[in-house]
Amino acid sequence: MDLAGLPPEYPLGLAAALFAIGAFGVVFRRSVIVVLMCIELMLNAVNITFVAFGRELGDMAGQVMVFFVMTVAAAEVAVGLAILLVAFSRRKTLDGDEFASLRG
Amino acid sequence: MIAFWIVALFALVGALVVVLHRNPVYSALGLVLTLFQVAVLFALLDAPLLALLQVMVYAGAIVVLFLFVIMLLSLEPEKRLAAPFPVAVAGLVLAATLGFGLVVSGTLPLRSGVPSRLPADFGSPESLATNLFTKHQLPFELTSVLLLVAVVGAVVLARRRS
Repeated sequence: MDLAGLPPEYPLGLAAALFAIGAFGVVFRRSVIVVLMCIELMLNAVNITFVAFGRELGDMAGQVMVFFVMTVAAAEVAVGLAILLVAFSRRKTLDGDEFASLRG
Repeated sequence: MIAFWIVALFALVGALVVVLHRNPVYSALGLVLTLFQVAVLFALLDAPLLALLQVMVYAGAIVVLFLFVIMLLSLEPEKRLAAPFPVAVAGLVLAATLGFGLVVSGTLPLRSGVPSRLPADFGSPESLATNLFTKHQLPFELTSVLLLVAVVGAVVLARRRS
């Protein structure tokens, strides 16, 4: 695979777009489960950035970081979805606006 | 280069499906599309092991978990898709600002002393493992503790429902 010519700006631009779309979804959507998916999108954008910069700087630490981010994302989804199940069984909805009992 | 543009196109389409589709099942499928494109991009960027892990961990485990929960709760497509209009505008402004800032920071010149040629084994599973188990030994061990805590937490939360 001769892709030495792929400059880092291109994957970085794609990562920026994915991160922006994910951030927009977190603000825009009401359903908590879709918000979790949007957070996954943002984490993936960050991973692309790590890999692109690691390749540009010739440093393997970028790829090691992606490894850790993946692990943390898996843990986050497991706990997040468990919380979501408990919340759904109490409120019978996943609308984020309904989970406002702590509002002062 | 063509490969990159195909990847970028499908990744953005998948991301937009995640954000804009009413039915959460389609959102999850859009997420799968995007995650696969990211895996291909990892392969293009000299990270073959990460590409494999991306497919296995994200597409194989995380999205399946999402789909499992969606079907367990038998969610219906939302009637009201979005937040009220001001919130949507605020989200668009936030996204535009973030995207602009990231693009600008991504195109800044990198610091000097960057190697012009990558070592031959860059990105190989061996070099990743060597880095992981020598320089980053402590974070690796902490990650295992984190996973244990997550497993215990998920079990505790799930048991409370009965």
